[in-house]
Amino acid sequence: MTTNGTGTHDTVRPDTPPAGDGPLVELRGAGKSYGNVRALHGVDLTVHAGRVTCVLGDNGAGKSTLIKIVSGLHQHTEGDFLVDGAPVRFGTPREALDRGIATVYQDLATVPLMPVWRNFFLGSELTRGPWPVRRLDIARMKDTCDRELRDMGIVLDDLEQPIGTLSGGQRQSVAIARAVHFGARVLILDEPTAALGVRQSGVVLKYIAAARERGLGVIFITHNPHHAYMVGDHFTVLRLGTVELSAARSAITLEALTNHMAGGAELASLKHELAQVRGVDVDELPDTGTLDGGGPGEGGAGSGKG
Amino acid sequence: MSTAEQAGPAAGGPSAPGPAPRDGRTAHRPLALRLLARPEVGVFLGALAVLVFFLAVAPSLRQGGSLATVLYQSSTIGIMALPVALLMIGGEFDLSSGVAVVTSALTASMLSYQLTVNVWTGVLLALVLSLAIGAFNGWMVVRTGLPSFLVTLGTFLILQGVNLAVTKLVTGNVATDDISDMDGFAQAKAVFASSVDIGGVQVKITVFYWIVFAALATWVLLRTKYGNWIFAVGGSKESARAVGVPVTFTKISLFMLVGLGAWFLGMHQLFSFNTVQSGEGVGQELIYIAAAVIGGCSLTGGQGSAIGPVFGAFMFGMVNQGIVFAGWNPDWFKAFLGVMLLGAVLINLWVRRTATRR
Repeated sequence: MTTNGTGTHDTVRPDTPPAGDGPLVELRGAGKSYGNVRALHGVDLTVHAGRVTCVLGDNGAGKSTLIKIVSGLHQHTEGDFLVDGAPVRFGTPREALDRGIATVYQDLATVPLMPVWRNFFLGSELTRGPWPVRRLDIARMKDTCDRELRDMGIVLDDLEQPIGTLSGGQRQSVAIARAVHFGARVLILDEPTAALGVRQSGVVLKYIAAARERGLGVIFITHNPHHAYMVGDHFTVLRLGTVELSAARSAITLEALTNHMAGGAELASLKHELAQVRGVDVDELPDTGTLDGGGPGEGGAGSGKG
Repeated sequence: MSTAEQAGPAAGGPSAPGPAPRDGRTAHRPLALRLLARPEVGVFLGALAVLVFFLAVAPSLRQGGSLATVLYQSSTIGIMALPVALLMIGGEFDLSSGVAVVTSALTASMLSYQLTVNVWTGVLLALVLSLAIGAFNGWMVVRTGLPSFLVTLGTFLILQGVNLAVTKLVTGNVATDDISDMDGFAQAKAVFASSVDIGGVQVKITVFYWIVFAALATWVLLRTKYGNWIFAVGGSKESARAVGVPVTFTKISLFMLVGLGAWFLGMHQLFSFNTVQSGEGVGQELIYIAAAVIGGCSLTGGQGSAIGPVFGAFMFGMVNQGIVFAGWNPDWFKAFLGVMLLGAVLINLWVRRTATRR
């Protein structure tokens, strides 16, 4: 994987939004407790139009809880959740959707055996004709689907093919295009690249960039700092339910991000122990001191995707 | 990734040059292969083979009257196989459909006779009951999340028992009383059980209903919102719910559609034979399901058509009558059906695998 294919990140974007344009979605000190378990605590997060906000974290860091609050599946129990500057409390995903917050889940909410265009419009089918003979407006749906997919740069063999025959990246992309078409202003992507190979991940990253180009605010949940760094404007790393790092793109390097993300601090503290185990190469691991600065050059980018 | 044009590796293969890469897409697979991949084409060929076979071995079958009998036999299976197939595409089973037919006929017959009212009153009350049974099945399945196999197995046993017990209680007999001299009987018989003369051959009216219902079901399935929902709830219930498809409504209405079919066939049987045997109908539900499966409906839901079960039912009717016309021992009928079912499913599987191979 060499570039993200769009060239939008040759220049580093400033983290401040254009003047007069407040955040679409904002969390202020938000948290969530399930009974005695505090899954999320004191999280600040802002999503601006035309920006990609990456949320990174290990398993159990609170990423899922965060999405569930924003997408309306769960409600926060502390702090504030604002949409367009006004505090909100969503009861159902439908309410979030009505405010333009769309979530593309890992399972994508598609029906594998149904054709691409039927999946695209499922639940919001276009029809024509009066009631007894009201029928699907197939031509218009296919046209719209084709156009929307092309606008996102997705080219498919055939809109009639079952969506289950598409590759994981293509399916993900169709789900994104669908959310965009049905009026999403904020797109929440739950680990869209988790199950994908390198090449397909690239395809999805391209569409994330395309969604941003169309002016959407994107929340990109991932545990892969390389993917995040390719498209992200702002990075929030969660650990054990709290924010460990919140940095604009200009304020952090990929190495530093990787170290934070890959449990760098914990690994560094484990370095001494690991060094005594035969077969574990600890030379490349960062020392605790190098984590907060710019990073030790070529050293720490040790995830398998290099 | 290098270029932005190609979306993923699935588009690989020798597709690039093709005759004028229409609108940027790649070439299609040959028409014949795509047709063969459709299960209803496979079952059509199967039905044709069975027809040709019996025409060859049973000369007496080569007459209009015999073929009309075959079609009639097929239609009584086919009319029920249609809603059963839609339900299967929607991801559910109904094991009670066979006895529900008899329940409906018994209700109409006994209510009319005991209350001494116009038979149409009984017919309408039977409709209400049939829809209610369907709604109950659907509601139980949706609310409890239990497999529909279990829920409708329960309904099947309940209805089977109730059919016998109530009939004996009311009439003191296992069959209902003859209602052929009651008000409205002739009219109802004309609607549900008459014959149409076509070139000197008497064709039962159910054959025409069957064709009309099949066309209607095909249209609904492929050209309406509701049809889209049927495929969606059968293919992936959770996904359908997530994008706003009314899953509960779709499932319950599908069960009620089976109830509607059971009512229609029940009325046909009542007005054909004037009386109803309360113990009948057991085992028929499997014939309907088999016809739907031969017709290409997936047992797991989300796949199938309305036209496939038409050919599936035709195959059943053909074998049923063909054995008689060929002068064989009719005891072989079920064995023949079983072989046919397995054969059809295997051929379908093989054809689909061959034809969808890229």
